[in-house]
Amino acid sequence: MAESALSVRNLWKVFGPDAEKLIGTPDLQLSRKDLLAKSGHVIGVKDVSFDVAPGEVFVVMGLSGSGKSTLVRLLTRLIEPTAGTVHLGDTELTAMSEEQLREVRRRQISMVFQHFGLLPHRKVIDNVGFGLEIRGEDKTTRRARAQNMVDLVGLSGYEQNFPDQLSGGMQQRVGLARALASDPEILMFDEPFSALDPLIRRDMQNEVIRLHHEVGKTMVFITHDLAEALKLGDRILIMRDGEIIQMGRPDEIIGAPADDYVKDFVSDVPKSHVLTLRWVMREPSSPDEGAGAPALKDSTIVRDAARAVLAHDGLVRVVDEHGAFVGVVDDEDILRVVVAEDS
Amino acid sequence: MSAPTVIRQGRAADAPPVLAEPTPRWKPALAVVAVWFLVWWFTKGTDTLVLAGRDQTPVMKTMAAFRDEMIAGRSTNPVMVVTGAIADALRGLVAWLQRLISIPADPRPVPIIGWLGVTAIATWISYAVANWRIALLTLGTFLSFGVFGYWSDSMDLLIVVLVAVTISVLIGLPLGILAGTSKRANSIIEPILDFLQTMPTFVYLLPIVLFFGIGASSAVVSTLAYAVPPLIRISAHGIRTVNPAMIEVTNSLGQTSWQRLLKVQLPLAKRTIIVGLNQTTLAALSMATIASFVDGPGLGRPVLDGLRINDVGKGLVPGLLIVAMAIMLDRLTTAASERSDVIARGGGLPNALHKRILIGGGVLAVVAVFVSRQQFWAAEFPDLGIGRAIARSADGIVDSIVSTISPVTEGIKNVITYGLLNPMQAFIAESPWWLAALGISAIGFVIGGLRGLIPTVVALAGIWYFGLWHSAMITLVMTLVATLLCMVLAVVIGVAMARRKSVDTLVRPLLDAGQTIPAFVYLIPCLALFGPTRFTGIVASIAYAAPAAIKLVADGVRGVSPTTMEAVRSTGASTMQQIRKVQLPMAKASLVLATNQGLLFVLAMAVISGMVGAGALGYDVVLGSFRSEEWGKGAAAGLSIVLLGIMLDRIARRAAEAAPAGSQRRRFSNRGI
Repeated sequence: MAESALSVRNLWKVFGPDAEKLIGTPDLQLSRKDLLAKSGHVIGVKDVSFDVAPGEVFVVMGLSGSGKSTLVRLLTRLIEPTAGTVHLGDTELTAMSEEQLREVRRRQISMVFQHFGLLPHRKVIDNVGFGLEIRGEDKTTRRARAQNMVDLVGLSGYEQNFPDQLSGGMQQRVGLARALASDPEILMFDEPFSALDPLIRRDMQNEVIRLHHEVGKTMVFITHDLAEALKLGDRILIMRDGEIIQMGRPDEIIGAPADDYVKDFVSDVPKSHVLTLRWVMREPSSPDEGAGAPALKDSTIVRDAARAVLAHDGLVRVVDEHGAFVGVVDDEDILRVVVAEDS
Repeated sequence: MSAPTVIRQGRAADAPPVLAEPTPRWKPALAVVAVWFLVWWFTKGTDTLVLAGRDQTPVMKTMAAFRDEMIAGRSTNPVMVVTGAIADALRGLVAWLQRLISIPADPRPVPIIGWLGVTAIATWISYAVANWRIALLTLGTFLSFGVFGYWSDSMDLLIVVLVAVTISVLIGLPLGILAGTSKRANSIIEPILDFLQTMPTFVYLLPIVLFFGIGASSAVVSTLAYAVPPLIRISAHGIRTVNPAMIEVTNSLGQTSWQRLLKVQLPLAKRTIIVGLNQTTLAALSMATIASFVDGPGLGRPVLDGLRINDVGKGLVPGLLIVAMAIMLDRLTTAASERSDVIARGGGLPNALHKRILIGGGVLAVVAVFVSRQQFWAAEFPDLGIGRAIARSADGIVDSIVSTISPVTEGIKNVITYGLLNPMQAFIAESPWWLAALGISAIGFVIGGLRGLIPTVVALAGIWYFGLWHSAMITLVMTLVATLLCMVLAVVIGVAMARRKSVDTLVRPLLDAGQTIPAFVYLIPCLALFGPTRFTGIVASIAYAAPAAIKLVADGVRGVSPTTMEAVRSTGASTMQQIRKVQLPMAKASLVLATNQGLLFVLAMAVISGMVGAGALGYDVVLGSFRSEEWGKGAAAGLSIVLLGIMLDRIARRAAEAAPAGSQRRRFSNRGI
C-alpha cells in the first residue's frame, strides 16, 4: 500500500435519510432518477477506487453533477463517505477520529477551492498564515513562512492588501499560497481556475506546473475542462453520474476512449498535441523494416515528431523506452492525425 | 382551507407540479360578514358584556389576590426572594451610577462627576469609537441636555439604557451565538423570541412590577426584556449566514469548532452583530422612556407628566431631548460599526496624528473631570430657564398652530371617526359576544384553515374569561381601523417611492428618522393636534407603524424586475394598470408582511395611546400599572391584549404563508411597544 500516496477503495457517497442501510442492496444499481423516486436517495459517488502515486498529478474530470467535487471532499472527509476506505500512505483516513483527522488536515493535505475562500477580514499575509495559526504556530514563525509562500506564488508586495483589493487570479494565488504554507504531502484542487478568465487561467495552470516542478507535491486536481486535464494530468479519471468511466494517461484517453461519451468529449481535442507515436505507428512487417532510418521513442508526442518524420523520406522507426524496435510511422500516419483536425 | 391541489398528468417525472387555481378567500370572508351583519341587525346591543367603570370580575379579584399573596411572601417565597435580590442589585447599581453623574452624591451637593466632566468623557469616547463628526454630535446633544434644564433626567435615562444594553449584550450575545451555531438550541430559542416579539411590550410592565417592584429595577428589567430579542436574533442570523464555503475552506485546514467560532464566524458576523447592537440600543431607549410608567427614572417622566395633564408644552422639550438622544445613539453605533471596518483596513487618519488627538482629548477629558469636581459651575449645569421658557411659548405656538389647522384636522378626525370608527365599533363591539366570537372565528378559519381557527378560538375564549370582552372588541376595532389606514398610506406612499426615485430620496430619510424615535414621543404631537380622543390613539399608532410598512411595500414593489416592467410597458398598459395589474400583485408577499407587521405595531401602540383618550384595554393597563387597587383589572387587560396580539398574529401569519414564498423576510425586531 505504501507505494501510493493516496489509495481509495470502493468509495461510496449516497445522500439521503437512510444512506448507510442502502449500501450493498441492489437498489444502488438503479439509475439516479429511479433511486430518487423509489427511496429519496441520491448517489453522489458510486464505488470509486483508484491510487495516486507520490509526486503524481492526478486529474479527476467530469461535467457538473458528475460527483467530482463530492469525491474530492470525501478524500478529506469534508463530506463523510457512506462506505469505502481512503488510505493516506499507510494510515486509514476513513478510520480516524475527529482529532486525528484535524491533524491530517493541518499537516498532510491542503485544499484549493473554486471560489478561493479567502477570509475578507484578513490581510493577504494573514490569510496565507491562517492554517499555521490554526495549528498553533507562533506569530514570527507563521509570518516568515507565509512571506515565503507569498513570494513563491509571485505576490510579493501585496502582503498587506485585503483579498477584495486583488484580482481573481491574484486571489487564487493567495489560496494556493495558503494551501502550500502548511507544507502538505498532498494538494487537492477543486476546480480552482473555473472562476477565472481564460488568459489568467492559462497563467495559473502554468503556475501549477511550475510549482509542481519546484515543490514536487502529489496533486489531486478536479476540473470540468478537458484541455486543463490534458495539460496538467499525469493521469486522468473521467467521471459521470458518480461513476468512473475511464482512467488513464492523457494519450490513452484520446487514443482509446472507453465509450461514446468519452469519445464525444474528446472529439474537439487537437489529437496531435496529446497522442504519442504509440497510437499512430503500425506493426513493423519485419524486424528489418526501415533499417537505417532515424528512431523516435514511442512516447514522443505526434506534434513534436511531425517535423522529423516529414523531413525524412520514407519510414521512421519507433522504439520503446528500452530501445526495442516496436513499430514504424510514415508521413501518411502523421498527416492523418494532424490534418484530421483541420477538417 | 385545504392545500392547493397538485395535478400531475402526462408530465415528466421531474417537472414541477402543476397547481390548481386557488379559490379566492375574500368571497367566503365576505359571506361570513354578511351573515354576521344580518344576525347583528336583530340582536345588536344585547349580551355585549360591558363592564361598568370600577367593576371587577371574580377573575380579576383572584389575580389581585394572587398579587397580594406574592407581595406578602416577599421574604419567604423563593421566586420573590430571588427577584427581590436582583431588583436590589439593579437598584443599587443604578443609584451608584446616578450619584456618579446625575444626582447629588452625599455629602456633596452635586454628583461625583459634574456635567463638564461627563460631557468631555462622552465626547472623547465618541471620537475614539467613531469619528470627529459623531464627537461633535455627542457634544451638542449633551450640552442641550443641560441647556434645556433636563441634565439630571437625561443622565438617568442614559444610565437605564446603558445598564440594560450592557446586560443585554452579556445575555444576548452568548444566546445568539448558541442559536446561530446549534440547530437544536435555535429550535428552542426561536419560538420564545417569536412569542416575546408578538407581545405588546407595555404589558410586560405589570408582571415585572410585581416581581421587581417599581422604580429603577423594573425599568431596567423591562427595558432588558424588550431590548434583548433583536440582539439574539440578529447575531444568530449573522453567524448563520456566514458563507458556508468559508466554513468548509477553513475546516479543510483542520480547525477546531472553537477556532471556527473565534476566527471565522464571529469576525465575519461582526458587522451584523453591531447592527443588532444598534437595534438593541434604540429598543432600549424606547422602552426605558416608557418605563416612567412604573416610576423608572429618566426623561420619560416629564413627558408622562405632560401627557397626564394634556399639557403639550410641558412634554415637548423632554420629548425632543429623547429624540436627540435617539439620534445620537443611532449615529454613534452605526458609525462605530463602519469605523471598525476602516480601522481594520488601516484607513482613517494617519496613525500618529490619530493617536495624538486621542491622547490629547483624553488628557482634556481628565482635566474636565477634575474641574467639574472643583468648580460649582462645572458641576451643576447653570439654570438658564430656557427649557421653561420654551415650554411656555410652546403652549402658545402649539395653540395657534392647532387653531389654524384645526378645520383640517377636525375634518379628518370626523371623517374617520364617523365614517369608519363608529360604524365598525357599533358593528363589532355592539354585537352580542357570541355573535362576534362566531364571526371572528369564522374569518380566522376562512383565512387560516384549522391552524387559523384554533388559536383564534383559544384567544377569544381567554378574552371572554378575563371579563373585558367589550373593551377588547373596541381595542380590536381601533387596531383594525388603524391598520387599514396604515396600509392605505403604505400602498400610496410605497408605490410612489418605488416608481419615482425622487420621492424615495425625499421620503426615506423621514422614515428612517421615524423609526429611530421612541414610540412614546409620538404621542406628544398627536395629542396636540387631536386632543384626547380615540382618534388620537389611532393617529399615534399609524405614525408609529407606518414607516416600517411603507418601507416594506416600497421594497416589495421595487423588487418587481425591470425586465418585467419593460415588457408590461411594451403592451401599452397605463400607469394605473401597471400598478394594479402587475406591481401590486407581484409585491403581494410584501403587502401581506407589511400588514402583519402593521397589525402588531398598531396593537402595541394602542396600549400606550390608552392614556391619551383611546380608552379600552390600553386605559385599564395604564391604570393598573400605577393604581394598586386596579392591578387585577390591569393584568386582565394586559393578558387580553396579549391574546388579541396572538390571535391577529396567527391569522396574519397564515395569510402570509399562502402568499408566494421567497419574498417573505425574517422579522428581526418589531420595535413595537
